Amino acid sequence: MSSPVAAVGGASVTFGAVRALSGVDLAIVSGEAVGLVGHNGAGKSTLVNVINGGLTPHAGSVAYDGAEKGLSGVAAARAGGVRCVFQELSLCPNLTIAENARLMHAGLAGFGWRSRARNLVEAKLSEIFPGNRIDCAATVSALSIAERQMVEIALNFLDVSGPPQLVILDEPTSSLDSTLAGQLLAHVRAYVSGGGSVLLISHILSEILSTSSRIVVMKDGGVVANRPAGDFTVKSLVEAMGSVVRDKAASGERAGRDQAPLVIDLPAVRGGFGFRAHKGEVVGLAGLGGHGQTDMLLSLFRARSGNWLPHGPGDIAFVAGDRALNGTFPLWSILRNLSIGNLSALSSRYAVDREREAATGTAWKEKISIRTPDMHLPILSLSGGNQQKVLFARALSTAADIVLMDDPMRGVDIGTKQDVYGIIRAEAEAGRTFIWYSTEMDEICLCDRVYVFRDGAIVAELTGDEIDEHHVLAASFSGAAA
Amino acid sequence: MRFRLSPDHIRILIPFVSLAVLLAAVFWLQPRAMSYMGLNLLLNLAVPIALATIAQMLVIAVNDLDLSIGTFVSFAACVTAVYMPEQPLLGIVILAAAIGAYALMGLVIHLRDLPSIVVTLGMSFVWGGLAVLLLPSPGGQAPEWLRTVMTAATPFVPMAVVASAIIALVAHLVVMRSTLGVALRGVGGNARSVSRAGWSVARIKVAAYALSGLFSVLSGMALVGLTTSADANIALRYTLLSIAGVILGGGEFTGGRVSPVGAVVGALTLTLAGSFLSFLRISPDWQIGAQGAVLIVVLGLRLIFSRREA
Repeated sequence: MSSPVAAVGGASVTFGAVRALSGVDLAIVSGEAVGLVGHNGAGKSTLVNVINGGLTPHAGSVAYDGAEKGLSGVAAARAGGVRCVFQELSLCPNLTIAENARLMHAGLAGFGWRSRARNLVEAKLSEIFPGNRIDCAATVSALSIAERQMVEIALNFLDVSGPPQLVILDEPTSSLDSTLAGQLLAHVRAYVSGGGSVLLISHILSEILSTSSRIVVMKDGGVVANRPAGDFTVKSLVEAMGSVVRDKAASGERAGRDQAPLVIDLPAVRGGFGFRAHKGEVVGLAGLGGHGQTDMLLSLFRARSGNWLPHGPGDIAFVAGDRALNGTFPLWSILRNLSIGNLSALSSRYAVDREREAATGTAWKEKISIRTPDMHLPILSLSGGNQQKVLFARALSTAADIVLMDDPMRGVDIGTKQDVYGIIRAEAEAGRTFIWYSTEMDEICLCDRVYVFRDGAIVAELTGDEIDEHHVLAASFSGAAA
Repeated sequence: MRFRLSPDHIRILIPFVSLAVLLAAVFWLQPRAMSYMGLNLLLNLAVPIALATIAQMLVIAVNDLDLSIGTFVSFAACVTAVYMPEQPLLGIVILAAAIGAYALMGLVIHLRDLPSIVVTLGMSFVWGGLAVLLLPSPGGQAPEWLRTVMTAATPFVPMAVVASAIIALVAHLVVMRSTLGVALRGVGGNARSVSRAGWSVARIKVAAYALSGLFSVLSGMALVGLTTSADANIALRYTLLSIAGVILGGGEFTGGRVSPVGAVVGALTLTLAGSFLSFLRISPDWQIGAQGAVLIVVLGLRLIFSRREA
């Protein structure tokens, strides 16, 4: 057996309190296609970033065949022939295809590199995607999303100064139609039988099963299965991704909520399911990250709030997931961060009533136990979990009937999570409706009704006892009808 | 197949069209400008502005903005006027050190992830102060060779046009054709993918700022060559003029979309706009406002065309 092209030994990565990767071993030898599957937060992207050199593991090692000593990170990975097609498109849109090729391949130097690059990319594109009509002199911004994806794939398979040894494909078919996806997978098979190796990540299990020779299943930052692809079926893959034991203590007193009046009723789109939410219900949006859940929340919010003028007393509130990006005002105090959601109710004659504001702050501090000696301290003095509580309080202190939550519990410690789950339950009992996008299975299992998203559409509606990890996983990965 | 104008074509075309329209208007108002002498007088001062615009464009290409160009060009002009005639070696050392300081500024902005606007705004006071220390009252003199270069009588086409063409060509080769230029614009377009491909973004940014400093120094020297003396406030207008020139020439503030040829044409257009307004007998007090109006009209046109395309 040949020495591995890339080998990860005992790699661990932690982000704050979250353990993204715990002691993962993975060796990829030439001539094999490894499929990598797992649910949200299983550690797939982290593992990919460790292999491509973008992330140095906090413990453990990464080694590449053929890379000289002394190099580290991205340089070592590239010297070892590792190429990576990222999930989000990562070309420079303002440059031409040839210029992007130049950036990616240091070997394309010297006089006349433009025409050389153009010829190479053109040849590789028609090798992988025969019959494509991409103009290789074009600027990337003039291409469609699918064409950009095709170009990025072709650039990574390019042989400039030595062929690629290992090509990592992270959801490469997500923006390609079935013909193009078929062409790509055919090329991957040909490339692998010619001695190359591929690490393939996809939410379409049939692609994984038909293309890979070995399948690695990840869960909670570790590898839970690593066997030849022939040992797996769609069913056993889904089972391997999930956990066996589950406690369903949280459910039980949910009955009767279906009789409550509907507050949202949207028709089905693209052959999926419609979207309904009753008063006092906690509705979960599940599925792999980035499959349309956030877009759904945003369109619900837009439909209910005015574009230019205030839309009357707000009947909808939004709890952001990415606190730093669209949640907190980092320079403001805890109190100001809380009261901003409901300023008009706290004002008299267009001026904020400071006493009433302070009283509201104290009340919410008690109610959801924000751990701070003084509400006038800056918001950044709080831990991430407590900042998130403030954002919850901001939404809950309004009169909103509907609260939208965009995966708000990312990176929050378990104690705070339990506190917030309790608040959500209590507020739902009091008649508020929660629409909750979560990437965590435990949270999805707390919901009364769950919609599973895939490729921008709702592909499953689960209620009551159907809400469990198996059903959610089965619906999240296509080709795995439950 | 019908030839369709893509947004990229329009981006390149608009600065040329606006320059042509403005030039026609000037000739119509003042037919005597349509001569070797007239053109040289009209466009003379465009040369330092074009150099400053290229300097600004290099910084904009990496998604930053330089608010210190005006005072830095003034400082370079003061150094040139004070030291170049008598102690050229000392003058060159000071200017080289200034370019080094520019490169260092780029490094600090990148490493500490600081907003370039704030850092360059702060530095503009430093350059302004240094310029006043060097030359408290207007004075100094242009070195003989610089004077000769800037007032050279080139055959057929005036010096100003020849110089602008050379600046445009050099900047085009550096920014659009060279590997460094690709990396530069790549950082503007998607810095993450550039660093993922194994490049050092810090090094690219340092190169961008160093080149920008070099073009600013050239701008200051060209200015002294034309005016024969310097003043600490000689080029304060250049900060906004250079930004306007880049945008007028088809560049955008973010995304690494810049056009060196367009930037030079934009600088020419802005200079001509000033002369055009003098021919209309509009007082110089109104000229800055009128230049702003020209900018708004051109940008409005660009918006209309790109909307129609989309």
